[in-house]
Amino acid sequence: MIRLEAVERIFHVGDEAVHALRGVDLHIEAGSYISIMGPSGSGKSTLLNVLGLLDRPSTGHYHLDGRDVTGLSDEETAAVRRDKVGFVFQFFHLIPRLTAAANIALPMTLAGIAPAQRQVRVAELLHDFGLEARADHRPAELSGGQLQRVAIARAVALNPSVVLADEPTGNLDRATGRDVLALLEELNRRGTTLVIVTHDQEIGARAQRRIVMEDGRIISDQSG
Amino acid sequence: MRPRDNLAYAWQTLRSQPMRSALMMLAMAIGVGSVVVLTALGEGARRYVLDQFSSLGTHLLIVIPGRAETSGGTPGVLSGVTPRDLTLDDAAAVARSRQVARVAPLNVGAAQVSHGARGREAVILGSTAEFLHIRHMRLAAGRFLPPGDPAHAASVCVLGAKMRSELFGAAPVLGAWLRIGDRRFRVIGVLAPQGQQMGFNTDETVVIPVAAAQQLFDTPSLFRIMVEARGRDSVERAKIDIGEILKARHEGEEDVTVVTQDAILSTFDRILGALTLAVAGIAAISLSVAGILIMNVMLISVAQRRSEIGLLKAIGATPATIRRLFFTEAALLSLIGSLLGWLLGWLASLGITWLYPTLHATPPLWAVLAALGMALGMGIVFSLLPARRAARLDAALALARR
Ligand SMILES: Nc1ncnc2c1ncn2[C@@H]1O[C@H](COP(=O)(O)OP(=O)(O)OP(=O)(O)O)[C@@H](O)[C@H]1O
Ligand SMILES: [Mg+2]
Repeated sequence: MIRLEAVERIFHVGDEAVHALRGVDLHIEAGSYISIMGPSGSGKSTLLNVLGLLDRPSTGHYHLDGRDVTGLSDEETAAVRRDKVGFVFQFFHLIPRLTAAANIALPMTLAGIAPAQRQVRVAELLHDFGLEARADHRPAELSGGQLQRVAIARAVALNPSVVLADEPTGNLDRATGRDVLALLEELNRRGTTLVIVTHDQEIGARAQRRIVMEDGRIISDQSG
Repeated sequence: MRPRDNLAYAWQTLRSQPMRSALMMLAMAIGVGSVVVLTALGEGARRYVLDQFSSLGTHLLIVIPGRAETSGGTPGVLSGVTPRDLTLDDAAAVARSRQVARVAPLNVGAAQVSHGARGREAVILGSTAEFLHIRHMRLAAGRFLPPGDPAHAASVCVLGAKMRSELFGAAPVLGAWLRIGDRRFRVIGVLAPQGQQMGFNTDETVVIPVAAAQQLFDTPSLFRIMVEARGRDSVERAKIDIGEILKARHEGEEDVTVVTQDAILSTFDRILGALTLAVAGIAAISLSVAGILIMNVMLISVAQRRSEIGLLKAIGATPATIRRLFFTEAALLSLIGSLLGWLLGWLASLGITWLYPTLHATPPLWAVLAALGMALGMGIVFSLLPARRAARLDAALALARR
């Protein structure tokens, strides 16, 4: 469960202050499926980063699963990210020198989970995402769809309660994009909260709840 | 992150940029290697000199005319008073001390030595029968200078090994006559080859009675008096004794310097030790240059790997974890680099020892440890800044761009 209260995010570029988020109030129930749309520069990515604790609100409050996470230290936010949040990016962001399996295992490696335990979970994920044959391939040897599947497998390796996807299909063709979206929606069906930022009307329309942003504000919030 | 995983990750990163990693290791290796080689050379030189002196015997004292300003050193700076010459009578007086086992007066000069058509310039040593024992020399053939009155200028000589072969070739030499300067001498003995000793090569000298040398070089005085004390323990007492005897003979003037083996040894030890240290210091500068190089390259690496660092943060890496990753990378680089350098330095030292067997160029342990420690320290200190910069990176910003 997520609650944002009067969140502002102001960037200072030179003398100028850029309001990326203006007075955003947002309540997200656990297990929901939300899309965020809006023109370029409207603050979608900034909102997602705040939700994922990669960025902090300049003012306002953020409650995650009943805990105020606004003022946590860097070490503490890292722990919250690790335990609760999974990120999926438009440009995949895999480590090129690691194999698909090692990329998927990375969150567990960073968390200090024992190799044997990691192996079991990675095998499970490779199976779930149809990547068994690609386990030892490096990112350069994989297609866009495979890359994004590896990235999603990595995002859910530690069973996060929220998956945040910033234009996850933005770099894929339509068919592959649909496959990737299906994987994300399957996660949501199993109970993971899913937030997708997208420019694609068709994709955005699939979510239970559709948020539209403009100039740092939520201008529309429709459910059903 | 588990230490093993941390190490594996850093290792993988280094391996993914083999050229960059190899160059940084090379820089480290050259730094460490030069410390090792240069200190090995310094140490080799020090040991060489000490061995040279030790081969002269440990209870040797040398009486030198003139007063050294500083005690314990070789007299270089002499006081204003013109010193009284040392004479054969002085030597005889010193020999009467109860602390003294043997005395050999010494005169040194250069003269043309010739036999028939062959001739060459050589160092002529004028001394007595005792000289053989005091200088620990051995004979290859014949006899040494006969014992007896040192003032008697017998026309006999003993040849160094090389002098013998140069002047006589394979021809018999004992009993032959040769010419030194304008005088004729009969060869009564040949020294066993022993090479360089204390700056001059005894193989290329000719030894004649001290009185003959005084006539040859037209001087009533002596260059040195070599004294052998009764034992190791009596060296200090002998030194005092000799000083008093000669002071009494020289009308109360303390115008001689008595140098003991220990004093010479420690002087050389100090000079060469300081030299080794200085050379090690210069080499250490190249080490710190390597450290700065590592810092530069790591800083560039942080800039290049912004999106990777951002991603690591996004999937839950704490700032401490990221710091440790970069730190491990730098530590690995400097560890491997310095071990490589140590190996290189060690091989080079072996090579030098192989080329110049008299010089035992072994790197001293302290230098090896200091170089390795410094290299590691450099790598670690200079990785702190890049590691901190990586840990503080704004992840959202780093991930926004491709
Ligand atoms: N690190 C930053 N420094 C300065 N300004 C920033 C920064 N990040 C975002 N902004 C500004 O904040 C505003 C919102 O940016 P954001 O990236 O959230 O937009 P977006 O809706 O995701 O756009 P797009 O659809 O192009 O991805 C923009 O005006 C952007 O220029
Ligand atoms: Mg965006």
